[in-house]
Formats: sequence, C-alpha cells, structure tokens
Amino acid sequence: MSEYNFAYLDEQTKRMIRRAILKGLAVPGYQVPFASREMPMPYGWGTGGVQVTAATLVPSDTLKVIDQGADDTTNAVSIRKFFERTAGVETTEKTAHASIIQTRHRIPEESLTEDQVLVFQVPIPEPLRFLEPSEVETRKMHSLEEYGLMHVKLYEDISRHGHIATSYAYPVKVEGRYVMDPSPIPKFDNPKLGDMAAIQLFGAGREQRIYALPPYTQVVSLDFEDHPFEASKADHACALCGAEHSYLDEVIVDDSGKRMFVCSDTDFCESRRAAGHVGEQAA
Amino acid sequence: MTPLLSVQGITKTYGAHIGCADVSFDLYPGEVMGIVGESGSGKSTLLNCMAGHLVPDAGQVVFDTRSDGPRDTVTMSEPERRMLARTDWAFVHQHARDGLRMNISAGGNVGERLMAVGARHYGQIREVAADWLDRVEIHEDRMDDRPTAFSGGMQQRLQIARNLVTGPRLVFMDEPTGGLDVSVQARLLDLLRGLVRKMGLSAIIVTHDLAVVRLLADRLMVMKDGHVIETGLTDQVLDDPQHAYTQLLVSSVLQV
Ligand SMILES: Nc1ncnc2c1ncn2[C@@H]1O[C@H](COP(=O)(O)OP(=O)(O)O)[C@@H](O)[C@H]1O
Ligand SMILES: [Mg+2]
Repeated sequence: MSEYNFAYLDEQTKRMIRRAILKGLAVPGYQVPFASREMPMPYGWGTGGVQVTAATLVPSDTLKVIDQGADDTTNAVSIRKFFERTAGVETTEKTAHASIIQTRHRIPEESLTEDQVLVFQVPIPEPLRFLEPSEVETRKMHSLEEYGLMHVKLYEDISRHGHIATSYAYPVKVEGRYVMDPSPIPKFDNPKLGDMAAIQLFGAGREQRIYALPPYTQVVSLDFEDHPFEASKADHACALCGAEHSYLDEVIVDDSGKRMFVCSDTDFCESRRAAGHVGEQAA
Repeated sequence: MTPLLSVQGITKTYGAHIGCADVSFDLYPGEVMGIVGESGSGKSTLLNCMAGHLVPDAGQVVFDTRSDGPRDTVTMSEPERRMLARTDWAFVHQHARDGLRMNISAGGNVGERLMAVGARHYGQIREVAADWLDRVEIHEDRMDDRPTAFSGGMQQRLQIARNLVTGPRLVFMDEPTGGLDVSVQARLLDLLRGLVRKMGLSAIIVTHDLAVVRLLADRLMVMKDGHVIETGLTDQVLDDPQHAYTQLLVSSVLQV
C-alpha cells in the first residue's frame, strides 16, 4: 500500500464531493458548489475532474484518461499515472473497456454504455460569465431562468461573423431548465451529450463547481430559428482510418508544412484500422 | 378608470436620514408625470422605490398588470417583479453606461429585451432593432458598433431604444438629459417628446431641469426634503406656483 488514502483524497472529502455529485445528478445542469481541495497538480490540469474521478473510483474500476481525444498527451498520461499510483486501479486506452473515462475537450466517438461514467474537466463552468461578471447576478439569472443573455451572445456572434462562430463550449439547455456550459468540447460533440446512456459528471476545480447529466437526459444546443445549431466538423475523411463521421484534427506531417486530417479520438482511429479500415494516407 | 400606477404612502429612510416620506399619487394610462426638486430632495429615492430597485420602508406601489390587474409590486415575488422590469417597465438611467451593455453591439443592446422575452429569430430581431435605431436617429450602419464608440447623446438615445423596444407600458426616467451638452439635450428632448406623443407612453420623469418637464410632463410633483409639497398640471404649477418653495424654484433662484 502507498502512503495515500485510496485515490489520494481522504474519505471525508470524497463523501463531500459525492454529495455534490448526487445533488448535481438530481438537478441536471445545476452548478453545485463544492469545497475544492488542493491537488498535487496545477489548476489548468483538470483538478476538478481529478477530484470527481477520485470520489467516484472504486478498486474494481478501469480508468481511461483522454486529452483532446488522445490517451498519450502529457496531461492524460500524468493523470492516468496519478491514479495508477494513488488508487492502484487498472487503466486502459480502450473506450469500451473503461468504466470511468476522464476527459478534457472531447467525448469519445464510440457510444458509451450504462456501465460507464464520463468525467469532464471544466475550466469555466458559468455559461453566463462572458456577459455578466457578477456571480450573485448569474446565480439569480439561473434561479429565475433569465437566459436571454445567452442568445445575446449568439446574436453577437452572427452579427460579427455572419454565422454562429462559437465552435466549442457551445451552450446547451438541460431538460428545458438550466443552461449549461458543456466544457470546451467541440460543438460536434454536443449532440452526444443528450440522451447518453452513461453518467456525465463535470468538475471545475478553480471555480469549485460540480454539475452533472444523469443517463438519458434531454440536452438541447441553443440557436436561432434562422441560424439553427450545426454539429460541424472539418469536411474531410480521416486520412488514416477513412472515418467520415468522426471529429478530425488537422496535423502537420512534414517539414514542408504538409497537412492531413486525422481522428482526434486516437483509440477510435486505431480500432478502425485494426479492423481493416484504411484512409488515403495509410500505407 | 383604473390608474396604471397607484403609489400610496411610500417612505424610505437611510438610517435616521429621510430619503422620501409618505408620497402618494396616481398615474393614469398615457400620462407623463414629472418629479422636480433640487438635488437631494428625494426624487431618485422615490423613483427607485417605484421601479423596484429600492425596497421602501412603508407604502405600496400598485401596478395595473396585464394578467392580474392591480398588484402591489413591493410585496410581489422577485421573479414577478423582474419579469415586469423587463417587459412592461422600462428604466432610463441618467448615465447611459448604467443602462447599456458597453461590450455588446448597439443591435445586441436593443435586441436583448426581445430575446429576454423569447424572440428566437435572428433576422426579425435585427429588423426590429434597425427600426428602433432609426426611431432614435441612429443610422443603421452603426448597428454592429459598440456603444463605447458612440457620443454621449447617441448612447442616451440607444439606451432609450433598448428600453422602448418591447413596448413597455410604463417608463421610469431619472434625469434623462442630465450630463449632456445643452445642444445635445435639446435634440434628445425633441426626440423624447416625439416618442411620448407617438406611442402614448406613460412615464415618470425625474429631473431638476424645469425645461424638461415643461416639454414632456402633463402633471408635476414638486419635492423638498423628501416630501411632496405641491402637485398639479404642469402649466399650472410652473405659471402659477402656490408654494413659496415652488415659486423660488420657478423663478430659478434655486436652479441647480
Ligand atoms: N444610499 C444612500 N445612503 C444614504 N443617504 C442617501 C442615499 N441615497 C440618497 N441619500 C440621501 O437621501 C436624500 C435624497 O436623495 P436622492 O433621492 O438621491 O435625491 P435627488 O434624486 O432628488 O437628488 C439625500 O439627502 C441624499 O443624501
Ligand atoms: Mg437624483
């Protein structure tokens, strides 16, 4: 055994976080304040998500950690190592094998199941913050369902760019009640938020907020009648696995600046290639 | 006829200090009431009590609501009061920056109230916003500019458009021409008079400037030290003031 309590946090802190999670699940989309703890990593590294994961993990869990869809970035690797060391749980890169997936900026392409929990790292939980700096006022706006300002933000987008240019952290309305920031996932992922079989938990460390979507929750992306929401992505197929409906990253592949589009979900892409799918770049 | 607004016994103190004391009056639909008095006489305190920005120590502010008829807005729930504030009421602040969102375009400022009550068609919101900018003499091609790029007079006109766009039934104004250059004031007054006449607005205008109420108000209330000391038709009060203080005010000895 290590010198840590299981999953680093002490049991009392975990209980406090679990209560916040349960409250979040009971009131989908509502931001529950919680007493965020110092974690042995900087705030920008997903301390909110890490605390939610720590309070959710049990020894029999299998954990996957992704950062922008990839399992092998510094951020994902260090969080995975953190839980290997402090909780001794099994880890995986396979979406289907994981019981808990902590993520930054993506929802896996593969459909999740009722046996899974998806934990999002959230930098700024308050969707109204852009227009209303006062915390007292935004809380009041949530409690009174005064959400006109969210549309003012989208209006400004269209008036400046000719279309809704917000492409990530695209605001949603949950079960016709709370407006929620889905964390900086691309809006391509927004349709997956709704009606999902897995539990979705959102943790913001610095801002000390937890919110949640229980399974099969209605989640609607805000829009205008004449500028409807579109889950857009780059108009290409993955150069490696040929997938046409996955979210793509544009990557530079050589010194001359040659570019290609590849799946941002690396496990999805590898699984497809293992199953024999090929894109135009795959040799 | 039911008054649109019936104010009864409004009192507001700041500690031992009187803000306004025992003010009562009725405002009927289509009427413009002017509240005058020197600085510190309690005009803003009274206005803010009526508009729900301050909670009075005593008294009622009964508004003839669309759905339920006369209701005391002091004791109604906060959600109901806030709903009134963004639909049937409008509030024009002396300083435009208090009533505008400075980091949002002019069009967005005007459109906000429409969106707050459920407008979800971008093209229609823009059309209405353009029409309102035109009514307050702001050229349509300034629609996507932020108010920070506007002159003081333009900002004030934008604030007025933003407030009137949802067709409020009652407009509160606190020194709407205060702090503007004299020539700019004159243009704004003309514009306000035109809007009041055309829309048949009901309004309560607080000012220390008698020229403003001469042009805009049907009736006047004169305040001194928190108390109403004289009321009447505007021309009557200004041309034949009864109270000694009003006489001083009108003879502009007390003009601030
Ligand atoms: N927030 C406050 N705290 C204490 N006293 C106040 C406050 N606001 C106004 N007052 C006092 O109440 C009186 C009325 O002020 P106010 O309503 O602002 O008058 P007016 O708008 O006619 O200039 C003044 O004596 C003023 O100093
Ligand atoms: Mg005042």
